[in-house]
Amino acid sequence: MNTTAQRTIPAPLRNSENEPYFAAAEEGKLLVGKCSDCSEYHFYPRTICPHCNSDSVEWLPSNGKGVIYSFSTMRRGVPVPYTIAYVTLDEGVSMMTNIVNADPDSLNIGDKVEVVFEPTEDGTPLPMFQPLSG
Amino acid sequence: MTINGKAYVVGAYEHPTRKAPDKSVAQLHAESARGTLLDAGLTKEDIDGYFCATDAPGLGPLSMVDYMGLKVRHVDSTETGGSSYVVHVAHAAQAIAMGKCNVALITLAGRPRSEGSSGTQARNYGAAAPDVAFEFPYGMATANGYAMVARRHMYEFGTTSEQLAWIKVAASQHAQYNEHAILRNVVTVEDVMESPMIADPLRRLDCCVVSDGGGALIVARPEIAKQLKRPLVKILGAGEAPKNQNGGKVDLTTCAAALSGPAAFAEAGVKPSEIQYASIYDSFTITVLMQLEDLGFCKKGEGGKFVADGNLISGSGKLPFNTDGGGLCNNHPANRGGMTKVIEAVRQLRGEAHPKVQVPNCTLALAQGMGGNLGSRHASGTLIMERQ
Ligand SMILES: [Zn+2]
Repeated sequence: MNTTAQRTIPAPLRNSENEPYFAAAEEGKLLVGKCSDCSEYHFYPRTICPHCNSDSVEWLPSNGKGVIYSFSTMRRGVPVPYTIAYVTLDEGVSMMTNIVNADPDSLNIGDKVEVVFEPTEDGTPLPMFQPLSG
Repeated sequence: MTINGKAYVVGAYEHPTRKAPDKSVAQLHAESARGTLLDAGLTKEDIDGYFCATDAPGLGPLSMVDYMGLKVRHVDSTETGGSSYVVHVAHAAQAIAMGKCNVALITLAGRPRSEGSSGTQARNYGAAAPDVAFEFPYGMATANGYAMVARRHMYEFGTTSEQLAWIKVAASQHAQYNEHAILRNVVTVEDVMESPMIADPLRRLDCCVVSDGGGALIVARPEIAKQLKRPLVKILGAGEAPKNQNGGKVDLTTCAAALSGPAAFAEAGVKPSEIQYASIYDSFTITVLMQLEDLGFCKKGEGGKFVADGNLISGSGKLPFNTDGGGLCNNHPANRGGMTKVIEAVRQLRGEAHPKVQVPNCTLALAQGMGGNLGSRHASGTLIMERQ
């Protein structure tokens, strides 16, 4: 069951600061922020480190794998049910996302997932996650 | 510098409407202001400070002061979402302690019911909000954000849906006596469990009502409060704090009440076990559970047992809560429950709650507000008040 096929996903509001993130998404890459001074990762990526205020921040590709931290499937009041989640990436940061290509009732916290890019209304791909195959 | 004893809540008024398609939001603010002035026994000319949040029509306090014809020397439009009005009481007390005003008016109004608002619609705070591009497209609404908190709490602590349902049960026990409450039927755990799933694990009866309405408060310096004919409600202490995703170090099972609560208790010089009545922000059942734990009314992870033991029910429980029926049953004007939390706490301290739910000899009460979304970024306000 591919619920995203029927669901209209709003396009992200791109701006000069977040543009590299969505440009990378168009190349199938999920970027996370990493600080050159305190070495901490952060999400969502910013130009100044939210942990130590350094402006030496790189946006690096994540390996795209993680585990479900929490999730919820919206069942009412929406045209198509969808599952929102936080996924904790292997890099250690958690990001808000959707879980797709899965039966929502079969999901559990701690499940391993991998990134998959789904198109939004204007074509901009958005990183979502599906159960890790194999 | 402390606000302990520096100011009193002298006026508290809850607008009786729950659906107001034929009134403007500004009108509801003004009607609420009139109501609280009558309650306090003051006149518009006595007001020299005005507080509202940024959802007030127009340019917040500028538009509202103009519309209501107020002559003030101090304004404050602190925005912390639904907790704003709890925070406003503290800020009013601070302004009074600093000599910036003597009598502060706080108003709230909104018409989400008439305007078709729902907690299942994704919230878009505009392109300038830095998080919007990373969250809005995923369908982050109110209900599913809080649902993720509930799911994680269940995972970490074994909390159950049946335990959460007890919070609605307690609210409904109180709401049956409130003639203005939207939901007056007493419900059971089974009723909650059988209501439709909205955003799992939260069901329809885990959610608050959507209502039009408003409310207003007046905070005044002690010399003025003591000249009035109303019971004296003294402000003892307050705390406020935001919490968020912490740059990706997401932790959904502790909320900002863990910061605002200890600050308020320290300023007030009291302990959680001394509180006789608590208004606890109740956008969802899980919202209540999180705040009970983080304020220290029970240990972290034991909120489920605490509520399922019936502790929130007035007359039998250890910590009677939301005796007006709260947001879960009575009223959640403008989708912002902080105002009604303060109002019912003031009623309890005055001995003016409904006799069936009035806490006997209630002298120490807490009002707890939560704004924003526990699933992403939120702000807590805690206020402790004493009947003198
Ligand atoms: Zn850093």
